[in-house]
Amino acid sequence: MGMLDKKYHDSNIIIVSLEKALNWARKNSLWYEQFGLACCAIEMMATAASRYDFDRFGIIPRSSPRQADVMIVAGTVTMKMASRIKRLYEQMSEPRYVISMGSCSNCGGPYWEHGYHVLKGVDKVIPVDVYVPGCPPRPEALLEGFLKLQEIITGESVIKKKDEELEAVKAEIIDSNKNED
Amino acid sequence: MTDQISNIAEKREMTINMGPQHPSTHGVLRLELDLDGEVIKNTRPNIGYLHRCFEKYAEEMDDYSKVIPYTDRMDYVSAMNQEHGYVIAVERMLEIEVPERVEYIRVIMAEMQRIASHLLGIGAFGLDLGAFTPFLYCFIEREKILDIFEKTSGARLLYNYYAIGGMIKDVHPDFKKDTNEFVKTFRPKIKELNDLLSGNKIFIKRTANIGVLPEKVALNYGASGPVLRGSGVEWDLRKNDPYSIYDRFDFEIPIGKGEMGTLGDCWDRYIVRVREMEQSLRIIEQALEGMPDEGDVTEGIPKRIRPKEGELYARSETPRGELGYYIISDKSASPFRVKARAPSFVHLGLLPAISKGALIADMVAIVGSIDIVLGEVDR
Amino acid sequence: MKTPEEIFNYLTNQFGEEDLSFESRDIGQPWITVLASKIREVSKFLRDDSELLFDTLMCLSGIHYPKEEELGVAYHLHSTKLTHNIALKVRVPESKPNVPSVESIWKTANWHEREAWDMVGVVFDDHPNHKRILLPDDWEGHPLRKDYVQQEFYQGMPTGE
Repeated sequence: MGMLDKKYHDSNIIIVSLEKALNWARKNSLWYEQFGLACCAIEMMATAASRYDFDRFGIIPRSSPRQADVMIVAGTVTMKMASRIKRLYEQMSEPRYVISMGSCSNCGGPYWEHGYHVLKGVDKVIPVDVYVPGCPPRPEALLEGFLKLQEIITGESVIKKKDEELEAVKAEIIDSNKNED
Repeated sequence: MTDQISNIAEKREMTINMGPQHPSTHGVLRLELDLDGEVIKNTRPNIGYLHRCFEKYAEEMDDYSKVIPYTDRMDYVSAMNQEHGYVIAVERMLEIEVPERVEYIRVIMAEMQRIASHLLGIGAFGLDLGAFTPFLYCFIEREKILDIFEKTSGARLLYNYYAIGGMIKDVHPDFKKDTNEFVKTFRPKIKELNDLLSGNKIFIKRTANIGVLPEKVALNYGASGPVLRGSGVEWDLRKNDPYSIYDRFDFEIPIGKGEMGTLGDCWDRYIVRVREMEQSLRIIEQALEGMPDEGDVTEGIPKRIRPKEGELYARSETPRGELGYYIISDKSASPFRVKARAPSFVHLGLLPAISKGALIADMVAIVGSIDIVLGEVDR
Repeated sequence: MKTPEEIFNYLTNQFGEEDLSFESRDIGQPWITVLASKIREVSKFLRDDSELLFDTLMCLSGIHYPKEEELGVAYHLHSTKLTHNIALKVRVPESKPNVPSVESIWKTANWHEREAWDMVGVVFDDHPNHKRILLPDDWEGHPLRKDYVQQEFYQGMPTGE
């Protein structure tokens, strides 16, 4: 068991909140959907290959959006492709995240000025969690993007938060009842 | 009784869709397949999912040299060759000569990029057919080439290194040593790759006699590069229509001979690429010996690039085939019209002709053997 | 192996002088301007004649000339057996941009002509599949024209900033 084994010498019991355990499991096995569009896809392949290895973080490629946690939008998003990206995003099951890799999907990239067919940023059609800059970003930059995503997941909460609007309406009704009395 | 059985087993044709998102690493391509069972009757490729308006940018940029980063991004796997083609075209219009040292550096960079591109093409081809190990082996070797490129030009994939009339800066001081070392260590690796893939029975069964492209069809459809050479036509622009200083080097042109099956099948196109890597090593060795040590690579770059009125079609040999640039100039600082003739666009056009009667799994092998890059197809 | 001038003389011997003209500029390569209605006959002759044997169409491009209000198509041909090249050009007015298709002669022209229709707006007669190829089917306008103004929204997405 590695490090955990050394921490608890006498018994193998760990006491931790459910949230932390679930988040730890989820962030260390992020499966991404193989979705390379353009030049950044080559760098994504290079990150998954021998020198900069994705697999040591638990990240492996899956071909279908239904089996994936993360969608890496790597490359230029064009008008023709945008509706398909939206559909693929809707096919992923929650919890799902999006990493926008490269300048083209961040903000249009080098095609911002006269590109009539280029969508200036993929966040115009789907919500993005992490932006990785570069043209193309180095493999180390993409790995940093994944580590940032892991930080976001660490801070997430699985339990439902109190619905604040509902609480405010309830408090108003109680107040008005009190005033009547 | 037999009538009833044949009624049940009547042909049902259906149309299915392959792409634009599919695990094959070639990019955003959509193929509409008309099927009869598992046999393909007709293919209709749909492209345009990566159309990035290169030709509009070439007209709107206010300088000829500002177009060079956009040529990189067309065929992003072999960026140096794309820049080489554009730079040759503009230099012919300006009628300027470049220094000797620049020519040698250009040839070495172009040939190293050819090896890197073929490694990626072969690795991805193996990956499509289910072989994961050659992919990893090819990428390790590719990283060594990208290291040399990064030390010289500063970038791993899209360099912007060529300039009209020269290069933007000189090579790094250890360039000759690094390249010599690479050539020495890479030669035995080609043999390793052959052991892994070329003689593998499963690989041969999946690629031989599939996607046969006859010579007449290839010429009528405008094929070039390894696709044309795989059908037995000995045609290479570096020998038949030499540009730059390719006429000084001694190398051979590998062609397909139908060793494992029919002439012009997927295996032939694959083995042409493997043998081309060996020939590129020969060119690099000869160029390193002949490269002059003195010379300033930036001195030939003109301050103002304003060609006279005229038009030109210049072509060069990239790892995918014949890349042509048709440039019309109207005496202003930016071109009037630039048309990039991409080899992958033409090769994808012949896909319906060679995939009749193939199975769906063979379609993956055919598309992989043509080695397309979607950035080039859609520009 | 023939030079462009020799090819032009050979063609005028066959087709006469009214429909063809030889043009060149200060720099670059010369070209032969052909009348639009004759391009198919000339192409067939160029491909089949034993002294010319142009078996490959390297490139077909659409061009917009805003000053003369004309559209042009440029053909670059090449022969692998005799290793010579030639460039042809066709000019048609913007109001009636019809050019006969050479798809039946060189199959490469199929996709190249679709791209010329998509980008510039040249209409090719007798083309088997005359549809847009790079842009979506419901796009408005032909982008490589010099007076192109891009639409503001496409299917709800902003095309500008």
